[in-house]
Amino acid sequence: MKKTNKKWKRNLKRDWQLYLFLVLPLLYIVIFAYLPMGGLVMAFQDYKPRLGFLKSEWVGFDNFIKFIQSYNFKNVVGNTLILSLYSIVVTFPLPIIFALMINSIRNGKLAKITQTIVNLPHFISVTVLVGIIFQLFNARTGIYGIAYEAITGEYPKDLFASAANFRHFYVWSAVWQNFGWDSIIYTAALSSVDTSYHEAAQIDGATRLQRVRHIDFPCIIPTVIINLILRMGSIMSIGFEKVFLLQNSLNLKTSEIVSTYVYQVGLSASGTSDFSYATAIGCFNSVVNLILICSVNKIASKYSETSLW
Amino acid sequence: MQAMKKSKLKLSREDKIYYAVCYTIIILLSLIVLYPMIYVVSASVSSGTALMAGEVWLFPKDITFLGYKTILQYKNVWIGYRNTIFYTVIGTFINVVMTLLCAYPLTRNNLMGRKQIMMLFTFTMLFSGGMIPNYILMKKLHLLNTVWVMIIPGALSVYNMIVTKTFIQSSIPEELLEASKIDGCDDIRYFFTILLPLSKAVIAVISLWYAVGHWNAYFNAFLYLTDKELYPLQIFLKEILIQSKVNSELMDPEVALAMQNLQLILKYGMIVISTLPIFCLYPFAQKYFVKGVMIGSVKG
Repeated sequence: MKKTNKKWKRNLKRDWQLYLFLVLPLLYIVIFAYLPMGGLVMAFQDYKPRLGFLKSEWVGFDNFIKFIQSYNFKNVVGNTLILSLYSIVVTFPLPIIFALMINSIRNGKLAKITQTIVNLPHFISVTVLVGIIFQLFNARTGIYGIAYEAITGEYPKDLFASAANFRHFYVWSAVWQNFGWDSIIYTAALSSVDTSYHEAAQIDGATRLQRVRHIDFPCIIPTVIINLILRMGSIMSIGFEKVFLLQNSLNLKTSEIVSTYVYQVGLSASGTSDFSYATAIGCFNSVVNLILICSVNKIASKYSETSLW
Repeated sequence: MQAMKKSKLKLSREDKIYYAVCYTIIILLSLIVLYPMIYVVSASVSSGTALMAGEVWLFPKDITFLGYKTILQYKNVWIGYRNTIFYTVIGTFINVVMTLLCAYPLTRNNLMGRKQIMMLFTFTMLFSGGMIPNYILMKKLHLLNTVWVMIIPGALSVYNMIVTKTFIQSSIPEELLEASKIDGCDDIRYFFTILLPLSKAVIAVISLWYAVGHWNAYFNAFLYLTDKELYPLQIFLKEILIQSKVNSELMDPEVALAMQNLQLILKYGMIVISTLPIFCLYPFAQKYFVKGVMIGSVKG
């Protein structure tokens, strides 16, 4: 005990400047990340702002049970899972295929120009992206409506009024925005493929497609597996922003996911806000997430050296 | 790349088909990505009548800058632009300082408690208090409806900190530290005179990431701000593009008739002027963005 104390003192004397560097970041992380985690106690209380954390009544797991037994539970969790899985199925393979293609074409200039173009939409904000969708697919004023009218002579139905369309808009706009950007990591992995494999295969008369299939693709499999596993780990953590912006009263049946529901219950002016209940829902989601990421990371570290921690 | 050297080799029939398919798909994909962007720009400078008549498919028709003129008269756009620039500049500066402050000590292997501190930071990437506790915290700290709520709660991104740390560990040799220690240089001086100049590349990467993040952010403003004077551009965009709220100050009776069509091109114009700064920056910054993805992919 005394020995470690001494060691600490010696180290502190030697490295005090380094610890000084860390003071602000540590203060920040404690206040803005760990204090809100402490705030999670609300989920186990019947929190009343005027009573505060100390005097509000404790209710145990009541809020969690209320959520799990509610009609909305199945709906909201189901929507989150479906949207997430649909996203992964579509947005995961496309960047890989694109990277394999762009890596195999022989015109370096075209490859460069293409990459610049397809990377661009990644930097468009969610607000603008959703704005573009609303503008272009508007049944009267958008290019979709105008083209439909020019061909058939009548205006189409409002695409945004249908709950079924919400998921397609969400997923395919993500494809449009990110397939180029997501392919960067694969093109990087492909650039390190040993050229002697290709030369040997060419001498043996392998076609380009065969080389892509049997040389390029196996080389990026480790990257693919890690990315897939990490994607699976974040299956419950679909972001609030884009879903919220695409949401309207007509598509709520498919568009109400956990994070938007938390907002709806806790902060939205239209509802009577229930802080404790909303926190419990958010907490439920965070815990499920944490378990998912941890288990998925265990699998990841089994398959390769690289894992999250 | 290696294929280029072999380009004089005669192609087999299968290869010809493969390349034909490849080129077609790649060019098609670029066009699909490009088309909506070109259309938005074209629509923003076309006349609303031409747009509604379906005369604009790719290039603008009856070129007019009426939409942009109207936008520039719109007070909220100026407020939004001013605030966004302020949040981006100050926010990014604080972000970069915080990130470097945090990353540098954690690159030092013999720092006691390094592992524990690192855990403290990475855990926040996996778990958080969530929306409501955060909201209550901002309220209790009296940050609601202040400029600072747009800057301080996101002052440090742990992911960017790890990217920076990885960069320092992998590209700045430890011998440099030992050599300067022998010359009597302390940690603070080493940081300013040696580490900072050598970390220019990663500083560029994280500054760009932070800046784009600030420019595009609307979530914090949406939750924590109700004062119009503090709104960033993205919130006004949300009102105009998504809720179709065009302020009555635009409803000058003289232009009331042309208003319907004007509103349409005005929205396209808003999309353009809000995204333009990033798109102008992008071609020059592309290599840094890509580099950042590479450093980031080394770990996790």
